[in-house]
Amino acid sequence: MSEVQNSQDNNSIKSNAQNNTINKTKNNELLTVAMPKGRIFDEAVALLRKANYPLPPEFDESRKLIIDSPEAGMRFILAKPMDVPTYVEHGVADVGVAGKDVLIEEKRDVYEVLDLKISECYMAVAALPTYNPNADIAPKIASKYPNLASSYFREQGEQVEIIKLNGSIELAPIIGLADRIVDIVSTGRTLKENGLVEIETMMPITSRFIVNPVSYRTKSEQIDDMVERIAAVVEGENA
Amino acid sequence: MFEKPIGMKDTLPELYQIKKQVKDSISKEMAQWGYAPIETPTLEYHETVGSVSAIMDQQLFKLLDQEGNTLVLRPDMTAPIARIAASTLNTAERPLRLTYDAPVFRAQQREGGSPAEFEQIGVELIGDHSNSADGEVIALMMSSIEKAGLSNYQIAIGHIGFVNAFLFEVLGNEQRVEAFKRYLFEKNYVGFRKEVDQLPLSSIDQKRLKDLLTLKGGPEIIDKAQTIIESNEAKKALSQLEQLINVLEAYNLKDNVLIDLNLVMHMSYYTGAVFEAYSEGLGYPIGSGGRYDGLLEQFHRPEPATGFCLRVDRLTEALGKTKESITNDVCIIFSNERRKEAMNRAIDLRQENRTVVMQDLTGISNVDAYSAQFKEVIYFVGSNGNGGSFS
Repeated sequence: MSEVQNSQDNNSIKSNAQNNTINKTKNNELLTVAMPKGRIFDEAVALLRKANYPLPPEFDESRKLIIDSPEAGMRFILAKPMDVPTYVEHGVADVGVAGKDVLIEEKRDVYEVLDLKISECYMAVAALPTYNPNADIAPKIASKYPNLASSYFREQGEQVEIIKLNGSIELAPIIGLADRIVDIVSTGRTLKENGLVEIETMMPITSRFIVNPVSYRTKSEQIDDMVERIAAVVEGENA
Repeated sequence: MFEKPIGMKDTLPELYQIKKQVKDSISKEMAQWGYAPIETPTLEYHETVGSVSAIMDQQLFKLLDQEGNTLVLRPDMTAPIARIAASTLNTAERPLRLTYDAPVFRAQQREGGSPAEFEQIGVELIGDHSNSADGEVIALMMSSIEKAGLSNYQIAIGHIGFVNAFLFEVLGNEQRVEAFKRYLFEKNYVGFRKEVDQLPLSSIDQKRLKDLLTLKGGPEIIDKAQTIIESNEAKKALSQLEQLINVLEAYNLKDNVLIDLNLVMHMSYYTGAVFEAYSEGLGYPIGSGGRYDGLLEQFHRPEPATGFCLRVDRLTEALGKTKESITNDVCIIFSNERRKEAMNRAIDLRQENRTVVMQDLTGISNVDAYSAQFKEVIYFVGSNGNGGSFS
């Protein structure tokens, strides 16, 4: 881990000089980037570093909510993953990194410009191994994603009641709040540890680079450059 | 607190003042360009105006009249004006230049605070197919924004005719064109590219489609677009756009203009050049417009038309003015026995164009606090004429 970290730091130092000129903007304004705290954060930071953005070294352990990086021409806001599209829609952040799960759930008016192909996982329906669809008279689904879940089951033509929970979704079938749950699965470990099995795979999820519609035009130079650099890294890694 | 329906807002005097300044300066500009103001009813039939409007059905406020007809609170002004142009103004000389300033209503599904009623101020230019007409409405929009006091703004111009023609020449059927247009409308470039990869297209066509997503920038974008198209329809659209840029150049308005050939604001009625206005520092567009040559046809009077509207609330927000407490001019505080005297004084002052509040002394509980709101307070109190004037 530390090895990887070092080589990235070297990378970013090397590119500092180059970036100082590249990132200078017409009006010298910082580009505001909304970053999701938690699961996606490390991968998103690694990606930006590979795209030669000299992110501050204290970035990784800082508890600050706003971190300026004048060298990168950026200001980072660290937000709850579910809130990233909200900041971007309202334009207080120009761009952001958000999971597709969040984008489907929140339906915010933002540009979904790039698939970053990081934090790969998928949405799934899970239940106890004893779950019997025929015995499911009044189907109840617990989820952190009520909109996503209800439109999924509507498309399947199944009538269900959605129960919104804010976390520890696995609890719901165990204690009988719901028969099934809809949640993101990355390794499947959480399901297993709680004795649940996956009964349906819904859709693959990755993180996306999103852009505010106004910033996309008013700061197009900066943002287009950023999209290009990140796209090059993503393509390089997945080639 | 007494509740209001979700998304409804009161405008208090301080904010009203700011909004009025914004609206007045824009209305004046529109009038000076020869646009005649009109008003339309708040309620319209769902089957006439509601269904042709570009606003999604679930965003309409609907109600029933006594006969059981479904009515809607007008969700935009373009559809009602199209109805008028095709009916009441059917025989009026073309082109028609009309302007409006009116609240429109759109139900919000989310976030109780976002407005479900907001004022739009805009114009429609009906019966003129020329590029000059497109140029005029864009120029007027920019000029209106400037007259409102905003200098840091940008306009993005696209062309729906180009998008339609280009997608059709590559994809070959309307259904796929709609699907791809929807990705652009939803601003979902990732979905767009994935869909491209899934279609059995030649690698050249796949690249052409993906190149569409990069067509954003200065006038050189038009040249770039030329290289990915073949059909005459698409060429025609691009030459329209080119001429439109020339028109704007003649207006000396090229600086704040960006070309964005991916701009798809609505799934319905726009047919040609479309545009959106942004203010730096505000996350959502302040206005939009475009050519809608297909809309009047739905009212059985096919004719070309173009127009734009600005959102007064967003424009006001973008201006970032601070509310100033309103200082009132004159207050005459009187008692019953000197009422006549006080009234005469008020009449005189009002004739001098002063604003005068007449207030019975017995109607106020705290005279000092009340009178502090005025620049000048005149007392006509007591029977012996010992009242006086304090400033």
